[in-house]
Amino acid sequence: MSAERDSMTQVFARPKSLTDARFTYCPGCHHGIITRIIGHTIDRLGIAERTVGIAPVGCSVFAYLWYRCDALQVAHGRASAVATGLKRANPNLIVFSYQGDGDFASIGTAESIHAANRGENITVIFVNNQIYGMTGGEMAPTTLIDQKTTTTPDGRDPRLFGYPIRFSEMLAQLEAPVYITRQALYDTRRINDATRAVEKAFRLQVEGAGYSLVELLATCPTNWRMSPVDANRHVAEVVTQVFPLGDLVDRG
Amino acid sequence: MPRGAVRIDGERCKGCGLCIAACPHDVLAFSGTLNSSGYDVVCVKRPEACVGCAFCAMTCPDIAIEVYREKTPAKEA
Amino acid sequence: MERRMLLRGNEVIAEAAIRAGCECYFAYPITPQAELLEHMARQMPRLGRTFVQAESEVAAISMVYGAAAAGVRVMTSSSSPGISLKQEGISYLAGSRLPAVIVNVVRGGPGLGNIAPSQCDYFQATKGGGHGDYHMIVLGPSTVPEAAELTMLAFDLADRYRTPVMILADGLLGQMMEPVTLPESIDPRSLPPKDWATTGAAGRDPNIVLSFDLDPEALREMNRVLQETYRRISEREVRYEETQTEDAEIVIAAYGTIARIAKSVIRMARAEGIRLGLFRPITLWPFPYAPLRALADRAETVLTVEMSAGQMWEDVRLAVAERAATPFYGEMGGVVPTPRAILNEVMSHVR
Repeated sequence: MSAERDSMTQVFARPKSLTDARFTYCPGCHHGIITRIIGHTIDRLGIAERTVGIAPVGCSVFAYLWYRCDALQVAHGRASAVATGLKRANPNLIVFSYQGDGDFASIGTAESIHAANRGENITVIFVNNQIYGMTGGEMAPTTLIDQKTTTTPDGRDPRLFGYPIRFSEMLAQLEAPVYITRQALYDTRRINDATRAVEKAFRLQVEGAGYSLVELLATCPTNWRMSPVDANRHVAEVVTQVFPLGDLVDRG
Repeated sequence: MPRGAVRIDGERCKGCGLCIAACPHDVLAFSGTLNSSGYDVVCVKRPEACVGCAFCAMTCPDIAIEVYREKTPAKEA
Repeated sequence: MERRMLLRGNEVIAEAAIRAGCECYFAYPITPQAELLEHMARQMPRLGRTFVQAESEVAAISMVYGAAAAGVRVMTSSSSPGISLKQEGISYLAGSRLPAVIVNVVRGGPGLGNIAPSQCDYFQATKGGGHGDYHMIVLGPSTVPEAAELTMLAFDLADRYRTPVMILADGLLGQMMEPVTLPESIDPRSLPPKDWATTGAAGRDPNIVLSFDLDPEALREMNRVLQETYRRISEREVRYEETQTEDAEIVIAAYGTIARIAKSVIRMARAEGIRLGLFRPITLWPFPYAPLRALADRAETVLTVEMSAGQMWEDVRLAVAERAATPFYGEMGGVVPTPRAILNEVMSHVR
């Protein structure tokens, strides 16, 4: 094998701006793909030395372990407000927050909306897997109708608990955001699209353009009770019907 | 088609199978061997079929795969 | 600006913060500290510094967290119900060892209460309020000039010990106007750099700001560092003032606005032959237990007077124990006791 590799060039490697730590995520969880994409983006833009990541509460609470960058672990839901304080205090930093659907769209609703509305020059990565992973699989604001979770054991009933929130569409109503997009990771083509979106969002911050949000439809094989491959198919066939992919705002 | 090769870090692999599903050339398979975390790690079943497209590595959530590719030979005039 | 000016308490705290080199201020409007917010809204942009009216007190304390992590001097202000909203954020600041200044212009409570002055947040400030084993340094100014001085001190203490510091004022102090000579300005760029701050990992290992460790032994160690910090603060930073206690038969224990009223009561009492003194804690945390205990060996009675149902009273009793009588006189709901009412109470304990 190595003799063959001698005549080859390496075309895919671990991002330099990621540490060697092994991810604590479940098998097949898309958090790892997203983290790699962010790492490759930081590499390509050459911004590791001034990037500060903000880790939320949730499965990605350990996000501060993955990057060779300064990082903060902050209170549940507050990442957009912390990012505001950090970026206003030191506008030279490239600040990104990384949040799940509970952090961004439930407890953090106000902070998420108002950082976007103020047009804070930050990059927000919103991981939407329609469930609360870390705490054992409860309903999220993004949970689908009829989806079974530990707090909707008979399936989400909209008469009791409302409908899945399309947060990107809501934020797209605001004047200030320069880039809002929803992407997915269930096959190579989507991973490529997501990669371009994440890189665009970071580049816009580097250029001082304003607020960008990348919503990423992700899987939670463990709490969806699916294999990783089936979970990918679920996103492709079912979730994208509720959360359409594409750019909602592109003023960059 | 250029030839490719992948190297899988067995200790990072969690046996999720996404790489096997992503590979267009049926290069990868579960090995049946468990790593120290108890996962059935993926191995290269058909190395001769690998073209170095990196679809496997792109989808691997644990960045367990490195990908290599032969340089494309110059076309004959 | 070295001349004496007639200034309102809220504005003085704001201006003192600016002079202390506060670079970021985040807050939500609430009575009775609106003037503090408004002063910052006018002045901070003029100085090229950051002012943001946050969407809530919850957001504001998180913005404070971010700016503190960036290594700059940062402040927020609010009043009682808003301070309740900040408790999670304060616990995070303490646990993450981030310096910050938090101003509470206390009003009547609990719940919505009213906008009159009160001292009913003493427990919240000194005994926690937020979750976990932590403390904030709590400073209790009693005059407008002292509010300026203690605001400057708050930023120094916050940076020195890497801890949040609270200025516990009240609605009366916030609103009243007194002649003040404002302190000299500090250039924030002259402050020593913070090597732990998230300034971008250029040429060094990454700095991580967090209050989290799943491993109990590691978290125990983090807690030990905090407790050791609090021990050092308790040894070095206790501040208090005694007024005419040398011969006192009865001593009022009071802080803030009540302490200044008590100084009038001393004059009135002594005119009637009562040897009254005042023990005024300036740091409510760390509380001056030892000096109060020493005083209680000489005086027969330590009368705690507060605008509350009796909160600092518990710390007074802890300090004094059986050495002296420890009665209490309080007013709740934003009612401010008159000097005459306090004097009547004093007299009831000596006659």
